[in-house]
Amino acid sequence: MDTLEIIALRAETNKTEILKGINLKIRSGEIHAIMGKNGSGKSTLCNVVMGHPKYKITEGKIKLNGKKIEKLPANKRANLGLFLAFQNPTEIQGVTLNNFLRLAKNTNAKAQNKKAKHISPSEFLQTISQSMDLLEMDKKLAGRSVNEGFSGGEKKRAEIMQMAVLKPRIALLDEIDSGLDIDALKTVAKAIKRLHKQTKCGILLITHYQRILNYITPDFVHIISNGKIIKSGDKKLAQKLEKHGYEKFVKEPA
Amino acid sequence: MKIPKRTRKILEKISNQKNLLRKLGFRTDTKPVYKSPQGLNTNIIEEISRQKAEPEWMLTLRKKALEIFFKKPLPLWGGDLSKINFDTLHYYIKPQDKIKTKWENVPKKIKETFDKLGIPQAERKFLAGTGAQFESEMIYHSLQKELKGKGVIFESTDTALKKYPKIFAEYFGKVVPVTDNKFAALNSAVWSGGSFIYVPKNTHVNLPLQTYFRINAERMGQFERTLIIADEGSSVHYIEGCSAPIYSTDSLHAAVVEIIVKKNARVQYTTIQNWSSNVYNLVTKRAFVYENAEMLWLDCNIGSRLTMKYPAIFLLGENAKGEIQSLAFAKENQHQDTGAKIFHSSSNTSSKIVAKSISKNNGRNSYRGLLKVSKGAKNTVSHVSCNALLVDENSRSDTYPTMKVEEESATVAHEATVSKISEEQLLYLMSRGLSEDEAVSMIVNGFATQIIKQLPMEYALELNRLIELEMTGRHER
Repeated sequence: MDTLEIIALRAETNKTEILKGINLKIRSGEIHAIMGKNGSGKSTLCNVVMGHPKYKITEGKIKLNGKKIEKLPANKRANLGLFLAFQNPTEIQGVTLNNFLRLAKNTNAKAQNKKAKHISPSEFLQTISQSMDLLEMDKKLAGRSVNEGFSGGEKKRAEIMQMAVLKPRIALLDEIDSGLDIDALKTVAKAIKRLHKQTKCGILLITHYQRILNYITPDFVHIISNGKIIKSGDKKLAQKLEKHGYEKFVKEPA
Repeated sequence: MKIPKRTRKILEKISNQKNLLRKLGFRTDTKPVYKSPQGLNTNIIEEISRQKAEPEWMLTLRKKALEIFFKKPLPLWGGDLSKINFDTLHYYIKPQDKIKTKWENVPKKIKETFDKLGIPQAERKFLAGTGAQFESEMIYHSLQKELKGKGVIFESTDTALKKYPKIFAEYFGKVVPVTDNKFAALNSAVWSGGSFIYVPKNTHVNLPLQTYFRINAERMGQFERTLIIADEGSSVHYIEGCSAPIYSTDSLHAAVVEIIVKKNARVQYTTIQNWSSNVYNLVTKRAFVYENAEMLWLDCNIGSRLTMKYPAIFLLGENAKGEIQSLAFAKENQHQDTGAKIFHSSSNTSSKIVAKSISKNNGRNSYRGLLKVSKGAKNTVSHVSCNALLVDENSRSDTYPTMKVEEESATVAHEATVSKISEEQLLYLMSRGLSEDEAVSMIVNGFATQIIKQLPMEYALELNRLIELEMTGRHER
């Protein structure tokens, strides 16, 4: 059983406070959806939990399986089984997806178990190939530079493909549905569900729209506004939100 | 970037030497046969010529060149040359009495030096011929028998002057005349060693020829002279590597390379320059390229205190092609003032320049380029791209491109970018589990990969590893 705990978390960037006291607990096998308007702090939450140096934590804690991680660099958090699918995955010239991901896989394995065996390039080719099949991706992308010249949809698929390869314990998925057409959305959602079932990982799904929740049923839905979670509930909350809009909830006192 | 295990094993077998470029700083304790006293004057020139038993015309040329060297002022552009003390250098050091064609016969200490550098092993596996220069002289030269039989010449330039006086006199100093610049004049005055290559008509040298240059002594001036002639329809790939131990005093390397690429021929000249940080590297490299022929300079500058080098291509015949691809790496106390020059003197010629530089820890890179399209050279196409990567805040990169286009039909494209390693890229790689060092070296290697992938495999892998090493602890100073 893995648990990610976010406790009274406050964070700022350029002296502007964005997260104003977030509390959240995600366990293995749970799917939490966080919904909110643009600028409510959804993406910041993901970035802060992953360890983006742009943000400064001013108060609160982040714990992974009881271990405080808020001061660790991003790679140490990843080594412990945390993963972030980025909203806008960055391009890296000359670094092939295949090479980079193999190194990451081996580094994480080594961090978790010093005696872990290195995965050979040929073994890894099978792993990445299966993961690409799961996302219905063109295999050629594995040999291309990370995200360079990828379409919006290819980038999103590639993020979940990386999740499939790395098999994290807790995955943060930041607007994985944005910029996807309906077919691509179905494929990506199917892959996430499959991975969730296989690995029993905990998932934090950040989304602007209810649409993806038609395919992935969350156990919990949280509404975030102005850096705080103002309401939590089950999947019905998302449906209510879709019907009435954010304003109704934002106006209610938290 | 991690190298597949199997590949690594193969390479270890090939070179039996993991650190071809890295652990080069060792010194060899040898007694040279002759070492000129410090400083430069006519007596030293006469002594060099006498020791080499040269024809009279060469001595005359040397003397004339020396006068030009003394007369020309130091260039005021480029890097800081004011600290070179020309009076303290040794201009000629002869390590052994005769050039050898068998490794067994090379003096033990010198042989060990090159063994450590992986030279003889490399030769057996992937080279058609090898040369090794120690101080001022080639101490070893060899060429595959089969190529000798086809009339290919691969000799020390000194040997070539004796054995092939006619062809030598026809081409020597024709591409880079003694009057060209101060350091070309210096080289012409005191030149010693270097490679002479002649490839006969329609002959292809399929494996590369390689020469390795080693400076071992302190306050040494190395002035090799290389001349390559690719006759019509032939092709050859020449690789040069170099290194030196680190001393607290300065050394000078001023080479001249002249290349003639005749009709339908192709020459590739690859350099992996890794001088120690006390070496001034001031080199003149130029190629004449004739009808339908191709020249590629692949120029990697990793070492030296200051490098000033701008490989040039003169496209003299119709449909000639020229390409200059370079990678420069400057770290603390290093200035890489490098670039490229292309002259379109004939119609339908095309050229491409790709210059990449990486600056780290106060390191400085300058790109200095000249692209000229002469009047009457119709329908030329050229593409210039300069990309600089700054690894930290303290480093510097400048670009000085000059374009002189006298033809309206010319198509010229130029792009220049300066980038820094972004927080987003670092976070992305780190969020997958890579350490910051691993992430940085991956980004830097990725930036350089377009150039590195064109190098022979063992050099490519070494460069990747070198970048990994250099990027470890990039914040330390």
